[in-house]
Amino acid sequence: MTITPAYDLECIDIAKSFGDFRAVKDVSFTIPSGSFFSILGPSGCGKTTLMRMIAGFETPSGGDIKIKGASVLGTPPNKRNVKMVFQHLALFPMMNVYENIAYGLRCKGVSNDEIKLKVQDVLERIALPDVGHREIHQLSGGQKQRIAIARCMVLDPDVLLLDEPLGALDLKLREAMKIELKLLQHQFNTTFIYITHDQSEALVMSDHVAIMNEGRFEQIGTPQELYHRPNTSFVASFVGDSNRWSGKVADSDGTGGKVRTEQGLDMAFSAAAGQTISTGSEVDIFVRPEFIRTIRENDPAAAISDGDNRMSGIVDSLLFNGANSRVLVRGWSGELIEADVILTGTDDLAPGEKVDLVWSPAQAMCFEKTGAA
Amino acid sequence: MQQKDIKRLTLYLLFAPFVLWIFLLILLPHIGMVILSLREKIAPRVYEFGLGNYIDFINEPIYWNTLLRTGSMSLLVTALALIIGFPIAYYIAKIAGNRSRGGLFLLCLIPLWVSDLIRAFGWILLLRETGVISTFLLSYGIIETPIEFLYNDAAVVVGLVYTVILFMIVPLVSTLDGMDNSMIEAGYNLGGNSFTVMRRIIIPYAMPGIVSGCIVVFMLTAGSYLTPILLGGKNSSWFTEQIYDQFITRFNWESGAAFGFLLLAFTSIVIWLGLKLSGQTLANTVAKS
Repeated sequence: MTITPAYDLECIDIAKSFGDFRAVKDVSFTIPSGSFFSILGPSGCGKTTLMRMIAGFETPSGGDIKIKGASVLGTPPNKRNVKMVFQHLALFPMMNVYENIAYGLRCKGVSNDEIKLKVQDVLERIALPDVGHREIHQLSGGQKQRIAIARCMVLDPDVLLLDEPLGALDLKLREAMKIELKLLQHQFNTTFIYITHDQSEALVMSDHVAIMNEGRFEQIGTPQELYHRPNTSFVASFVGDSNRWSGKVADSDGTGGKVRTEQGLDMAFSAAAGQTISTGSEVDIFVRPEFIRTIRENDPAAAISDGDNRMSGIVDSLLFNGANSRVLVRGWSGELIEADVILTGTDDLAPGEKVDLVWSPAQAMCFEKTGAA
Repeated sequence: MQQKDIKRLTLYLLFAPFVLWIFLLILLPHIGMVILSLREKIAPRVYEFGLGNYIDFINEPIYWNTLLRTGSMSLLVTALALIIGFPIAYYIAKIAGNRSRGGLFLLCLIPLWVSDLIRAFGWILLLRETGVISTFLLSYGIIETPIEFLYNDAAVVVGLVYTVILFMIVPLVSTLDGMDNSMIEAGYNLGGNSFTVMRRIIIPYAMPGIVSGCIVVFMLTAGSYLTPILLGGKNSSWFTEQIYDQFITRFNWESGAAFGFLLLAFTSIVIWLGLKLSGQTLANTVAKS
């Protein structure tokens, strides 16, 4: 009886310590076959260590790693069917493109004729059919990227690991490569695990994202879930932009209520992630800029529904960035609040104007304060 | 305008020592030597222009045998220095921690603080019949009678490898140091074993360092005088000894100069061949490290 395992990769309570320092703390997750999975976290959160353990360059201090259902703990890196695209790609400069791609096949002992076919095939799939004879230094950044992926994909891996491979590219190319990577993943239909500290890379490309902080997974979910329904205050502050207030709950029915912020502002909130927040607890409140409406003071045209939070302030400055323009408003207690605005070029807000900021309690995500956060 | 002139003058002045050095100490003596080597002695104080000194060399097997022997022994020394030096350089560049790296490098450098002569005498103390090794073996009853380890080819090779190995290690460390560790990891990740990674990735990457180390070591060995004489004695038959004999013992400067040029030509040809075979150029090997 053979059962095709539903997961390409399973990590069970995986841990890694370097001396007293615990880099990865009992992380467990499963990745379904053929999905694009990202691990997103600030630098030093242990994501690279985790990836190196999956590739076999580090031995975990505890837990188990299973690829296609079989534990790979005792398997050396060159025997694992997990290939890796390195941060600086690590293409071999002394070989040409063809030899770079053929290297892995030669290690496997594939015959020369077959190598020729496979290399040509993979070059066509990455849409670079004529670069085989080129030297590595003759390629552009984006081409190198694709060759590095092709070099792994030609070996038909179970899982492809990508360690921030876009970090070295310039912004424009990075944007283009994001889309291209996603397309390549669809085309090869292989599980990609993508490590990054750049949230836009993770959100744009992934089916699922794991947010990692201080060696732990804070939350695993689809990009939308992470953005709209964060489980912890770390996720709320790390994914996307948000305005943050700290305060004390003045009145609560468990799932929502009133809070008085440290600045002395009263605000209605809703408890995030199904927590129960009781009266008197210290909380953090996050409100995303796109959910804050900016209206001119005493504007009769503005419709404000009952129960919305409202606060007045003065426009401090406009941050113009086309469709993503923002306004910085200084509240009466001195704090700066960011809100998205649509700037049309005529009759826009100007610094110094008095405005009201309005947002609904449902968009004020509230988390109980934990020791450090 | 004046500013520009001053700048140019400064440049000339800064370059002057280098130009003088090249011209007076390298170019001029060599031109003198060429002229000297092309003078045939036909009677006391009577000279004629001709290739006689070079023809003498070809006609006398002991001369060119010595040259070939020097060449092959130097190649052996170079190969040994590479085989011994590569793992050391790899350890220093890739395995040792940042802190121990400096210390290890220093350990390699320390022998250079002592003169060639003293180092050769150190080996004599160890290897001679009444030396440390012979006495040690004798006292443990491993050998019956004292053994003379000196004055043979092995002693010369050992002494030379010891003297020149640093010049192999330094360029190797600097090229291996420039190699991204992830390249080695990629080699394993794509399915290579230790042997393939070494043969297909590390050695090709280190090739410029290997070639430049080999060139320097080969030149130093073929042109060395003190170590072969002291450790090999009269039997060492090193070509530099032959040159010395011509100049000093036989006072035949014309033939000594010709021999000097032959040695230069010979080593240059060997290096040119080496570069051709390894597919490297002088510009990306010696000039780089």
